Amino acid sequence: MSTVAVIDYGMGNLRSVCKALEHVAPAARVFLTADPDALVRADRIVFPGQGAIGGCISELDRLGLRAAVLQGMNTKPFLGICLGLQALYAYSEEGGGTAGLAVLPGRVALFPHERMHNPADGQILKVPHMGWNQVHQVAAHPLWRGIAQDSRFYFVHSYYADAGDRGQVMGITEYGVRFTSAAGRENIFAVQFHPEKSQHAGLVLLGNFMSWDGSA
Amino acid sequence: MGLSKRIIPCLDVDNGRVVKGVRFVDIRDAGDPVEIARRYDQQGADEITFLDITASSDNRQTMVHVVEAMAEQVFIPLTVGGGIRQVGDVRRMLVAGADKVAINTAAVANPEFVREASGHFGSQCIVVAIDAKQVKSGDNPCWEVFTHGGRRGTGIDAVGWAVRMAEYGAGEILLTSMDRDGTRDGFDLALVRAVCDAVTIPVIASGGVGNLDHLVDGILKGHADAVLAASIFHFGEYTVGDAKRRLAECGIEVRL
Repeated sequence: MSTVAVIDYGMGNLRSVCKALEHVAPAARVFLTADPDALVRADRIVFPGQGAIGGCISELDRLGLRAAVLQGMNTKPFLGICLGLQALYAYSEEGGGTAGLAVLPGRVALFPHERMHNPADGQILKVPHMGWNQVHQVAAHPLWRGIAQDSRFYFVHSYYADAGDRGQVMGITEYGVRFTSAAGRENIFAVQFHPEKSQHAGLVLLGNFMSWDGSA
Repeated sequence: MGLSKRIIPCLDVDNGRVVKGVRFVDIRDAGDPVEIARRYDQQGADEITFLDITASSDNRQTMVHVVEAMAEQVFIPLTVGGGIRQVGDVRRMLVAGADKVAINTAAVANPEFVREASGHFGSQCIVVAIDAKQVKSGDNPCWEVFTHGGRRGTGIDAVGWAVRMAEYGAGEILLTSMDRDGTRDGFDLALVRAVCDAVTIPVIASGGVGNLDHLVDGILKGHADAVLAASIFHFGEYTVGDAKRRLAECGIEVRL
């Protein structure tokens, strides 16, 4: 039986992530955990998160999870969601500057909303970026299987990942700026949106993750 | 390509049951909020809002179970409002599976609560609900914030209040016109536009929707980021899909 550990560091709506995983993979054992040994034993890891990145990183360290998380990223199918994407970069502007896990090249920046206008009507774009936006798949990947190009997913965030042209980008989204809405390498896949709240498209992605062997 | 405008059906829940009758023809139990939410999910709703109108605190625990059941079956965002008075209330709803909580009376009583809640949990899950009544018409109209389900005036200017709540860390405003709520005459577009243009966070327009063109007006004329409605969906006059098709016909980006 496949086991999936959802990292519980006290932030965000984790119950929804677990319930969505159970929904798409009824035979799997899904569990919330803050135990590093449980992460090491699990077949797959989901790194969810909402709120502030400074709190996320400091809680990972306080709970002694950093080494197990990094080890998981090197060894087994690993899915980052929302903050779980942003934390993979080396640096975020949030909280006056916060160091991340530096697993992917790029940085995380605040939406420059004073300079962001809707091209259709000229109205200022609101921050947080909240609601359903399109994800343009820029690389083929097993987690995109069965998901139409430019499908909409549910987003809610004020900071965005900017990986530039440095590769390892799996999806991009436009909101005033063009940002990295999905990224990954080898056995790591991470998304800015919430697949557990993105109805059909999100459930397909989670189902793909649960059957993914970790190769790209 | 871009962010779509959201359509949000709203359910009033009293002690775990939907009130203000929902009249779907082929539904087993029109009082079960989760069953109704599933129906709206199937129709393409972008989010669901539950407003807990339960008076007693004993019955509030019932809402937690409703939210838990919802999170097991419906995979779109859920906002829960009503009776959110302290950080513990926010945490309880988020742990149960809500994505956002709406704070109304408690924000007026103690604005620092909004700062505290958004500091703890992030702005993305803190919605400030504003019930507003017009108190001055003419060229420079004014709207006042009301609390306790619209029964108690506060003397606070609604537009200024929305701006202040955004500064305190609200991630979204749920704006209801008390003058229009239940009338089916359409949104108070001047109010919606005044608030939407004054803040840089998303605004959900609420109160007065009686037909699909009202939804279109709320977005095109009111500049709302999302529109909330209850009765037009509950009574089966229109599905959420009907509403989305009407918006799309008017050139509004929607998730179809």
